[in-house]
Amino acid sequence: MADQLAIASRRGLRPALPLLLPAYLWLTVAIFLPLSAMVFFSFMTDLPLAGKEWAFTLGNYAAFFSQSLYSRLLLSSLRLGLEVTLWCIVIGYPAAYVLAKVLKGRSREAIFLLVILPFWSNGLVRIFSWAMVLREGGILDTALNAVLPFKINIDLMYSYPAVIIGLVHSYVPYMVLTCYLTLQAIDDSLIEAGRSLGASRRQVLWRVIIPLSMPGLIAGSALIFVPVVGSFMEQRILGGRTGTFYGTVIEDQFVAVFNWPLGAALSFILLAVVLIILALAAPVLRRAG
Amino acid sequence: MAGVQVANVSRSFGAHKALDDVSIDFADGGFYALLGPSGSGKTTLLRQIAGFDFPDTGRIAIGGESVERVPVEKRRIGMVFQNYALFPNMSVADNVAFGLSVRGEPKATIATEVQRALDLVQLGKLGGRKPHQLSGGQRQRVALARAIVTKPRVLLLDEPLGALDKALRVDMQIELKRIQREIGITTIFVTHDQEEALTMSDRIGILRDGRLVQEGPPEEIYDRPQSEFAATFLGDANIFRGDATGSGIKLPDGTTIKASTGASVPAGTKASCAVRPERIQISTGAGMPDAGGANVLKGKVSKRIFAGNNSTYFVDRDGQTLKVIVQNTGAERLAEGQPVVLNWSPDSTVLIAG
Repeated sequence: MADQLAIASRRGLRPALPLLLPAYLWLTVAIFLPLSAMVFFSFMTDLPLAGKEWAFTLGNYAAFFSQSLYSRLLLSSLRLGLEVTLWCIVIGYPAAYVLAKVLKGRSREAIFLLVILPFWSNGLVRIFSWAMVLREGGILDTALNAVLPFKINIDLMYSYPAVIIGLVHSYVPYMVLTCYLTLQAIDDSLIEAGRSLGASRRQVLWRVIIPLSMPGLIAGSALIFVPVVGSFMEQRILGGRTGTFYGTVIEDQFVAVFNWPLGAALSFILLAVVLIILALAAPVLRRAG
Repeated sequence: MAGVQVANVSRSFGAHKALDDVSIDFADGGFYALLGPSGSGKTTLLRQIAGFDFPDTGRIAIGGESVERVPVEKRRIGMVFQNYALFPNMSVADNVAFGLSVRGEPKATIATEVQRALDLVQLGKLGGRKPHQLSGGQRQRVALARAIVTKPRVLLLDEPLGALDKALRVDMQIELKRIQREIGITTIFVTHDQEEALTMSDRIGILRDGRLVQEGPPEEIYDRPQSEFAATFLGDANIFRGDATGSGIKLPDGTTIKASTGASVPAGTKASCAVRPERIQISTGAGMPDAGGANVLKGKVSKRIFAGNNSTYFVDRDGQTLKVIVQNTGAERLAEGQPVVLNWSPDSTVLIAG
């Protein structure tokens, strides 16, 4: 580490520039410019299109605070983010453990492929396929009624659970991958050492394996929580009338209502809230990791 | 504390027989070395005793109690791993405290016991450090303190000194032996280093291809090896092969080698003789007193390696190269190419059944 720093400072940054520039140029063009435009929009009364009159205003931000609807929706989106993240941990962590510590060779590759598979299919296709499974008279309903001796009606479509199911399905691979990487780096002899000292498998899990895989759990949670809070597609298709969340309201402003300034302002409030949450969590997480 | 009995233990992995009918009795309080080349089954045997793996057949008892199907966490053993396996997320003191804390001991007891264990390994002041802030030797000591703080019935060490450099290894050998004597715990030590096995242990078990080749005190195995493998794996040996005569062997060229230790082999069957290089006297033959019953062979020095306190001569004799080690007593050194006479006593010659 110290050696690398010494070399870097001796040579200066100049030789590294050709390597850094393409990435930073791209980031400037692709992220910084559009985002700056959005920041600009968020302070406008109207879009400056077709010669419409516009002026600077703080009204878009004020709208968030004056109408309790927005903060209520933001809270339910944060709760959704938390729930989906927790379900991803509950489902993804054990799978990552088995992949990293139990399976070896061919079977590991095969199971790994199954985990990655959702990544390779189109997001919309994934969600619509869930719609076919969850609706009344759908695959789940038909299958359960074929097996069970009594008649039940399963109609999860257009409900909160349907939104959770769709989101967990989309995001659980992130948790499996990040946890798999940290779990795989844990030396098996640490687990054996724990057991040789009289710890049961459960005690080894809580005292050795989970603390050592915390970086993966944290990385996975951040990768899931942040996009889920702003998500809208799953809510729209699987949630129906119950699927109004902060993300869908933002989408409405851009797509339906055509009120870009309000949509932009709501987006930046979301960004600020997420950053504050991550900043507050950082010291706790750092200690845990 | 307790002794360990391993009786007729076999363990196969697929078609590979890792342990083949191994029986050893580890007496209470002894220091044992399991010695063998890699793949000999020594670590597999240690893992059976620890309980990480169960034997296919056979019995294992700790303190008279059958444990061959008892999982590791219930066997009350202490184990030191080759890579130390310290928990990187915990301080030194928390590492040592782990075994007591999972048992639910009161905090005050844990603190006293941890301090006592750290003092025993002379790391009393480093409890607050993290493992990555320690040197290799210090990590080794922490691993040892962690293994013994729970007062296990038996201490198992899997090549614990393998990762240390030579000088540190010798220090740790002495240290380990001191601690073992102090707490009087039955200790089983896996190593492929014959010197380590010789200097540290009360008894050595030599393994090869999953079988126990020979077991006994280091002096006995060194002085009276029962196989060519034991003779050459533990120390150096010159091996002669021929037909047993009743009091030694006859080499194919008619020379007889007299042996008065080792197995009794019926005359006429195949047998071999082993002689340690330091037991052979080498001279130019001039002014040599009558050998009087000693074994005498003529040869020519092919190579001499000077190592300060001793020299090793390689002597060619009828196509065989013999090794002779001579202490540096200030006597005249023999040149390469010089014809020499080797002689040694039949008492130093071990007869081994072919």
